[in-house]
Amino acid sequence: MDTQDIYTKSTVRCTVNGESKALHVYPMERLLDVLREQLRLTGTKEGCGEGECGACSVMIDGQIVNSCLVPVAQVEGASIQTIEGIATEDQLHAVQQAFIECGGAQCGICTPGMVLAAVDLLAKNSHPSESEIRNGLAGNLCRCTGYMKIFESVVRACEK
Amino acid sequence: MNLVGKPIPRKEGRKKVTGQALYVDDLSFPGMLHGVTVRSSVPRGRIKNISFDQPPATAGGSDRNIPWNEFTIVTAKDIRDLKLGENYVALILNDQPYLADEVVNHPEEAIVLLAHPDKYLLEEARRHVSIEYEELPAIFSLHDSLAQKEIIWGDDNVFKKFLVDKGNVDDVWAKADFIVEGEYETGAQEQLYIENNGAIALANPNDGVTVWGSMQCPYYVHKALIKLFGLPEEKIRVIQTETGGGFGGKEEYPSMIAGHAALLAWKSGLPVKMIYDRAEDMVATTKRHPSRTLHKTAVNKDGKLLAMEIDFVIDGGAYCTLSPVVLSRGTIHAAGPYFCPDVRIKSTAVATNLPPHGAFRGFGAPQSIFALERHLDKVAKTVGLTPEEFRRRNFIHEGETTATNQTIREKVDMDGLLNRAFELSDYHAKRERFARENGSDRPSRIRKGIGFASFMHGAGFTGSGEVYLQSVVGAEATPEGLIRILAASTEIGQGTNTIFAQIAADALGLGYDLFEVAQPDTAQVPNSGPTVASRTCMIVGKLVESAVVGLKQTLLGSGLLKDQYTQAEFQRACGDYIEKFGRLQSFSKYQPPPNILWDDEKYQGDAYGAFAWAVYVAEVSVDLLTYEAHVDDFVAVQEVGRVINPVLAAGQIEGGIAQAIGMTLYENVVWENGRMKNGQMTNYIMPTAADIPPIRVYFEENPYAYGPDGAKGIGELPMDGPAPAILNAIENATGESFNQIPLMPEKMMEDLVGQG
Ligand code: FES
Ligand code: FES
Repeated sequence: MDTQDIYTKSTVRCTVNGESKALHVYPMERLLDVLREQLRLTGTKEGCGEGECGACSVMIDGQIVNSCLVPVAQVEGASIQTIEGIATEDQLHAVQQAFIECGGAQCGICTPGMVLAAVDLLAKNSHPSESEIRNGLAGNLCRCTGYMKIFESVVRACEK
Repeated sequence: MNLVGKPIPRKEGRKKVTGQALYVDDLSFPGMLHGVTVRSSVPRGRIKNISFDQPPATAGGSDRNIPWNEFTIVTAKDIRDLKLGENYVALILNDQPYLADEVVNHPEEAIVLLAHPDKYLLEEARRHVSIEYEELPAIFSLHDSLAQKEIIWGDDNVFKKFLVDKGNVDDVWAKADFIVEGEYETGAQEQLYIENNGAIALANPNDGVTVWGSMQCPYYVHKALIKLFGLPEEKIRVIQTETGGGFGGKEEYPSMIAGHAALLAWKSGLPVKMIYDRAEDMVATTKRHPSRTLHKTAVNKDGKLLAMEIDFVIDGGAYCTLSPVVLSRGTIHAAGPYFCPDVRIKSTAVATNLPPHGAFRGFGAPQSIFALERHLDKVAKTVGLTPEEFRRRNFIHEGETTATNQTIREKVDMDGLLNRAFELSDYHAKRERFARENGSDRPSRIRKGIGFASFMHGAGFTGSGEVYLQSVVGAEATPEGLIRILAASTEIGQGTNTIFAQIAADALGLGYDLFEVAQPDTAQVPNSGPTVASRTCMIVGKLVESAVVGLKQTLLGSGLLKDQYTQAEFQRACGDYIEKFGRLQSFSKYQPPPNILWDDEKYQGDAYGAFAWAVYVAEVSVDLLTYEAHVDDFVAVQEVGRVINPVLAAGQIEGGIAQAIGMTLYENVVWENGRMKNGQMTNYIMPTAADIPPIRVYFEENPYAYGPDGAKGIGELPMDGPAPAILNAIENATGESFNQIPLMPEKMMEDLVGQG
């Protein structure tokens, strides 16, 4: 697509949680806003809008990114996964199950991003050490838990 | 069934981990406009003119003109012209306007509201509202306010003063073997809930005003909107949406943003959504009150406290908001869990031209306890005792009186908590080892230290607060025999929904899944009081218990249920009752425990129904090259009555400690002419997963007779102890006594280099 003209809407094609989408968007719109407002996938949250908190985490082609920093034009042809695509119809992901059991979610606003970060961590390293867990989640801020129960959740998920 | 005491998973856990939970920004209404706020750029001044400008024509000519006629615009004048109610946020003194009228008293004060369907255009428009001011002199510190460098509020810049006078300290100084003085300061702290403040409003003369929002206290918002719109209470409806953290930051502020959204909705006739971005939330909304405490302490040579004189001052910012209540809690906690025969505490909340400071977990107690627990290490040193031995000689016991002359009637065992905390943290061995290592010929550049703090936190409202509140909780059965708990207490992450269901299920001997907590909606639930002051479990939980027991009694009285019942029989009885008599509901109202007497005038008596007690130990390392301090291990031992849900309870403590570690070492609000300069997560740093030490939490359980299943309050306690414990540990590591938080590397360098 033509990324020169930022004031004209054009079409961006991608898949979101396995479904193909044709998005009619301004090229510089944030992926975060397009997901939340156009696709009504409101599980992806905005905490800071500047790449610091990770509440807006999504996977693009298997890479975890802060969707508040991604202009939608960049996802042409990409495959995007959001929190809504993590559980199957009747089965929570092991990470989600562990977050429920271990108290990894309190207010829940950081949780979608945190769950994705944990899923991403475990995809790369199925049995991370404590410091690998800490560093793996350091891009996702949580103000409620003090992180302890989140670490426990990740450990529990590995055992599943 | 015995659910109390078990780690029952959070009620709304599934919704939260799958992204299905709906927060206010996740809601949308047809025809909805977005709203923004235009704020003052000066700390104090008279508003001379407001103009709505156009962007200058640029060379390329691509900048759009702003179609001002499409915008809904609200200023203070509209509140008069539309014949609404009063232009103030109803709270304690009603001195804070919704929209500045003629004068502004702090940077980022709301002056103009704008609404439009296109949020991008709205953002541009906001930048093209110009406001001219005649600037007035402003003051930015509590010191300048106390010195009355400028009178900016009332006659003397004072929002509130308290005096607690026990015995007569003046008679004691002459008899003391030691008199130790000290000065301590704490800075502002941002609550930094990850979900910013937000509200959606629908408002028109026919239907009244309905607001959905992220909030702790729906009935505070309700009360404020009644005044703002001059409408009867049934015309105002406030609904709490899933709330992404509060910590006090959504106690009073939601009344402001809800009012703004509602004004725009009223004028436009359309739904209006107002969501702050991070920068606006940080610079414009409330923070923890900065404080300064002076201590003067008389001790005898046996290390017994003889007298304590404490002067506690907090900076309330430009308007009163909740400062008197924050000051009250800070005052009552200022003398800690010690027995001292003569105590005088003078406290003052003063005005400055900063945005109003407000509620933040701990509510003044973290500030005054920081001062006390730093000071007592100094006193111990002067007397020649270890910090622990000095405290042991002065801990309060059952039958002794606090600073307000409250006789402690529960079993309190601070010694036991101290012993356990020391054992779990290996305190003595570490203290010895660190002394050896730090004192060796070739000490490493990393110095290690260990320190602790002992403290208490009162649960529920202070003094007569709970009696005035008259909180009510309801319970209602459906024909299928499901039970809905009706309370305005909000789930903000701390586990309200879950513990209420646990308490209710156990009270009736029924299954957890039968119970549901209704969404707080002022049209549906009674006023169970605000979700603050660690009161939800102890006070409101008790009402939940009696409300559901009321249902059972109604069923028993009707003869439809027998004394011994199975779950199926209970459910059937509910159905039968409703078929025969209609609704099955029960309400329960707060009754104070016996013998609670409080004198508001003299500030004497039973300040709180119950206290939680704690000893926290922090182990730190300080890098003498970078002047960075890091907490390496943290042990938290506390007695909070019966623990209703160990996972949720530990989660509260861990989260509070992490937030307090932030307050101590990381979170520094930088002010410039009264405005927060670092209002971004990039430069206001909260602890990440990589910064937090292992936090090891232990509970001693001593059931409280008047709490549900013996529970007391818990939410604020963990905010009180970490800061002094960490600074005590840093003194142990470096030999230098720091008496100010946040303790940033720059400050540490200044002092340590100065000393060398
Ligand atoms: S909202 Fe994207 S990182 Fe915070
Ligand atoms: S659970 Fe509230 S921010 Fe993480």
